[in-house]
Amino acid sequence: MSLTAKDKDVVKAFWGKISSKADAIGQEALGRMLTVYPQTKIYFAHWPDCSLGSAQVKKHGKTVMGAITDAVGKMDDLIGGLSSLSDLHATTLQVDPENFKILSHNILVTLAVHFPADFTAEVHVAVDKFLAALSAALADKYR
Amino acid sequence: MVVWTEFERTTIQDIFSKMNYDIVGQQALARCLIVYPWTQRYFGNFGNMYNAAAIMGNPMVAAHGKVVLHGLDKAVKNMDNIKAAYAELSVLHSEKLHVDPDNFRLLGDCLTIVVAAQLGAAFTPEVQAAFQKFLAVVFSSLRRQYH
Repeated sequence: MSLTAKDKDVVKAFWGKISSKADAIGQEALGRMLTVYPQTKIYFAHWPDCSLGSAQVKKHGKTVMGAITDAVGKMDDLIGGLSSLSDLHATTLQVDPENFKILSHNILVTLAVHFPADFTAEVHVAVDKFLAALSAALADKYR
Repeated sequence: MVVWTEFERTTIQDIFSKMNYDIVGQQALARCLIVYPWTQRYFGNFGNMYNAAAIMGNPMVAAHGKVVLHGLDKAVKNMDNIKAAYAELSVLHSEKLHVDPDNFRLLGDCLTIVVAAQLGAAFTPEVQAAFQKFLAVVFSSLRRQYH
């Protein structure tokens, strides 16, 4: 399900609209994931507080969303562009790639909450495809 | 046996009592057909679904979205025995409609996103968790009679 030229344009245009709130979106998406899918907390057992408002969730949400925003500029070669992040997730973090789908879903929910008018079905499908392609690139070095 | 907390019960009753079934049903089904186009396979006789605009404006999609959402009413009214309440619907989806159960999750995800857009900040992580738990129980019950 590769990204068409139209998909890339739609994603870039939408990201332009949301970029000022990117940090908050990252925080909320991560907070939602940890609340709605509590099994994901196993990767953050070293955090004192996994709730939406915690300092760790805020900081890490910003990190994750920053990397995703970065990837918007690398859509022509996600596998190449995310190579070192893939190494990290594969060998150091060893995050089960199923979790990428879970976080992606929570990013979509967060976007719907904060941008109900802009997050149309057409934007939804393009962003969903982008996140899926990003997840595949992130899992590229796993085995 | 599914155990519901007071918060979960109240949340589900609240969301559905305030919901505009016509709008949410149409939005959720249309979004599903657009975002996951392979789901169109079940609606061969719905006419024009060539692009997002056509799907959004399609009256058969709107009508069917309403039917599907009213189907969820059964679960809202029988939260303590959704399994039994859905036995017939499960047989229908398996034997007659031949719907791949993975599609329940796809429609559920679209419904979650439509409800999130409607409720905005009121769709807190805790409300989301209750809503998704409810949908998971519904889909598990819908899948139960497949063999």
